[in-house]
Amino acid sequence: MKNRISWRVATVTAARWETSSARTLVLDVPDWPGHLPGQHIDVRLTAEDGYSAQRSYSIASAWSAEAGSPDAGTVELTVQRLDDGEVSPYLTDVVEPGDRIELRGPVGGWFVWREKQTAPVLLIAGGSGVVPLMSMIRARGLARGRQPFRLIYSVRTPEDAAYADELRRRVREDPGLDVHFVYTRKTPDGWPAPPKRIDVATINSHGWPPDFQPDCYVCGPTAFVETAADILVALGHDPKRVRTERFGGA
Amino acid sequence: MGIISRGFGGRRREPQPGLPPGQYLTHDFPVLSAGPTPRIPLDKWNFSIVTETGEKHSWNWAEFTALPAEEFTVDIHCVTKWSKFGTTWKGVALDTLFEDVESAADYTMAHSYGGYTTNVPLDDLLDGKAWVVYEFDGEPLHPEHGGPARLIVPHLYFWKSAKWVNGLQMLNDDEPGFWETGGYHMYGDPWREQRYQGD
Ligand SMILES: Cc1cc2nc3c(=O)[nH]c(=O)nc-3n(C[C@H](O)[C@H](O)[C@H](O)COP(=O)(O)OP(=O)(O)OC[C@H]3O[C@@H](n4cnc5c(N)ncnc54)[C@H](O)[C@@H]3O)c2cc1C
Repeated sequence: MKNRISWRVATVTAARWETSSARTLVLDVPDWPGHLPGQHIDVRLTAEDGYSAQRSYSIASAWSAEAGSPDAGTVELTVQRLDDGEVSPYLTDVVEPGDRIELRGPVGGWFVWREKQTAPVLLIAGGSGVVPLMSMIRARGLARGRQPFRLIYSVRTPEDAAYADELRRRVREDPGLDVHFVYTRKTPDGWPAPPKRIDVATINSHGWPPDFQPDCYVCGPTAFVETAADILVALGHDPKRVRTERFGGA
Repeated sequence: MGIISRGFGGRRREPQPGLPPGQYLTHDFPVLSAGPTPRIPLDKWNFSIVTETGEKHSWNWAEFTALPAEEFTVDIHCVTKWSKFGTTWKGVALDTLFEDVESAADYTMAHSYGGYTTNVPLDDLLDGKAWVVYEFDGEPLHPEHGGPARLIVPHLYFWKSAKWVNGLQMLNDDEPGFWETGGYHMYGDPWREQRYQGD
């Protein structure tokens, strides 16, 4: 069947730590059809006795449609380890380059950003919810997009921020990209405010005014997404322009 | 069977009767939706069934909650892999809502506040297989979980159980709804693992 989303066997070609508990896997996927930033894949692990477990992971990398691009079959995932989890500790601590992993996708057609969208964009990430939003930032960078982008990224401590160096570099090099961090447990030295959770004031001062009709993308643990999306609606953003992705958990 | 993942043991190997393939059991109640949670005041709430000829049957909140209601306990299965056993709901069976509806159409599209849609064949809504509920666990249904009222079609993946539901449109032909347009399965039977198109 033409539209079938079938399982593929990907090979892990590289892995790197983004923080002490989040790891990026670089996968080589044969015949990868390409993806839009925001989409996810499903991973399937199978034990020797046939038991299997599946989980969804957002794609962190951007995809280039350019013919012959060496990255055409490359998909990067960033997995946050949950200590009592079944799948995530395997992906962060057991998998090594050379291992093969089954996956299928890309999946999802709503929580995506397309280059042809011209509106300003507000990205709001809680923890590992930054992954699909990073794909959007990277896709914009690849396309040399000029749409104004703002990322509000909530992390527990400065050490928990994934992609910190790349974000710093992109803020310098990608025109029209802003990043604001929210620290919930510990701030960097010299930070002007004590740790706090994302609130109306943060989104009001570091997002876009509703009048600009920005496209908003909110991603992270369910409770975080509920809070941030409610604030956006309360501030007057059109609910139809607020797209959410809930990763689960408390 | 897929390729073996080197060094993967898996943790949840207790056999779980009642658990469809690829699902795992959770005890909390995860939330899945595409946008912010709509808040619908009860005095604005309305539910309607519109037939393929345009005939409309509709209920406001007082009328709806005055209909004969049922309390029932079912297992639910979300396409994002979690299942939850023994959830208790209270609401109106679709059989009750369809009592006076004349229609020859085989399909329906559920519509929700916020613009969400999902398609369900009529047969899957009748004969005690589906409800529009307004209580969960003896409490008014929380907006996060689809309140004031949501559809419950427990034998299909949970995205078919439209939250914030406000109507059913009868259709002669099956048409994709919101997630189905994005690649999810038209029918969504968890026991046949119909997650995506072509499964
Ligand atoms: C569309 C989608 C995209 C996702 N993308 C990513 C991604 O890019 N990176 C990533 O790291 N994860 C992502 N997730 C979450 C991922 O699918 C798994 O849920 C997560 O890795 C936990 O799986 P596990 O097997 O390790 O834990 P499990 O064994 O399933 O759960 C262990 C414990 O952790 C709790 N729990 C489950 N999920 C979470 C969570 N997200 N946060 C906190 N507690 C949780 C459970 O309730 C349980 O108590 C995504 C989820 C969805 C639905």
